[in-house]
Amino acid sequence: MDRKDWPLFEIFIRPKNGLSHKHVGSLHAADARMALDNARDVYTRRGEGVSIWAVPAASIAASDPTDKASLFDPADDKVYRHPTFYDIPADVKNI
Amino acid sequence: MYTQGLDAKTEQGAQPSPRLVTEDEARLQGRFQERVDAEEKIEPRDWMPEGYRRTLVRQISQHAHSEIVGMLPEGNWVTRAPTLRRKVALLAKVQDEGGHGLYLYSAAETLGVSRDELVGQLLAGKAKYSSIFNYPTPTWADIGAIGWLVDGAAIMNQVPLCRCSYGPYARAMVRICREESFHQRQGYELMLALAQGTPEQKRMAQDALNRWWWPSLMMFGPSDEQSAHSSQNMAWKIKRFSNDELRQRFVDATVPQAEFLGLTIPDPELRFNAGTGHYEFGAIDWTEFNEILKGNGPCNRERIEARRKAWDDGAWVREAAVAHAAKRQQCALKKAG
Repeated sequence: MDRKDWPLFEIFIRPKNGLSHKHVGSLHAADARMALDNARDVYTRRGEGVSIWAVPAASIAASDPTDKASLFDPADDKVYRHPTFYDIPADVKNI
Repeated sequence: MYTQGLDAKTEQGAQPSPRLVTEDEARLQGRFQERVDAEEKIEPRDWMPEGYRRTLVRQISQHAHSEIVGMLPEGNWVTRAPTLRRKVALLAKVQDEGGHGLYLYSAAETLGVSRDELVGQLLAGKAKYSSIFNYPTPTWADIGAIGWLVDGAAIMNQVPLCRCSYGPYARAMVRICREESFHQRQGYELMLALAQGTPEQKRMAQDALNRWWWPSLMMFGPSDEQSAHSSQNMAWKIKRFSNDELRQRFVDATVPQAEFLGLTIPDPELRFNAGTGHYEFGAIDWTEFNEILKGNGPCNRERIEARRKAWDDGAWVREAAVAHAAKRQQCALKKAG
């Protein structure tokens, strides 16, 4: 057996409590535990994090970039979803 | 630079073969170039021209190989570092280089090549890496010279790569540049200690500068007239500055640092031009550079042999890791069952 059997893991790091985990890169590992060990050595050598997620890359479902227009453009013409769309007289406070 | 082999005109397959472009492709290419021109980043699953993908795979993988092979000349001194302080610094630096290799291989993998394919090319002697790592490190001062000059040259080249149009490469470069600064500073500090030491130590520092100066200038790759891919890579915003521009910046930044050390740059033609505000320097011996790229440098064979040995010696570790993972999975299933 060779390294080609090692799946790819995407690595997410929480920089400090109170912040979300953020994608930092990827690595190959024999299993999730090894992925965590190696992620610690590779991605947190200078105090970059307090928590690591290792996610098998094959488990991530991603949207297709060619669908970008149909997925995201409709949001552009829905200004009524933003608070500034609504006119409130200046005299009305705390709204 | 770490990917200087890309620029050599002699390299086979470097020129994309001309072929007919369909109307659909032309439209996609136009849209792609508009995005690049607007400084939008290109991400892995976005449409990209085949030449862009190919160039990036070659550039990023050569860069990754350079980091990995670059661990060897310095690793040579880990066990012989003169103090514990120097030893932990060197260990940390060599470990960083291994990490840089990983970030870059990962970035290359987003373009659809496998890690094993890339490592296989390196071990087969088919892949290129920076010419600089084919020079030997006979003295401790070489460790200082590498940090100061080689990492200094690398920073000069890599900072603009943080703005490369390809997202994963740019992000890897941001991490790398952050770490590279420590490398250069520890090297310069080491040189400073030697330059301010005994006459013998100072001679050692001067000797290292003499041997590393010209190879460091060659790291930026062939001169602009000789460089095959500059214009297309500039248009794609893979490259931001020409080889000669970056080389000039490096010389301008480094000469005053050498003066501070009280060391002499081994170039009788080096002089400051007050009119241009730049240092002028002598002609580079490209024959040496080309010989090293062809595989005839002082350490080419040794480096590849060391990588092959590491790969072969590590075979049992890779096998054991897979076996252990399988066993752990079985145990977990049993418990669950």
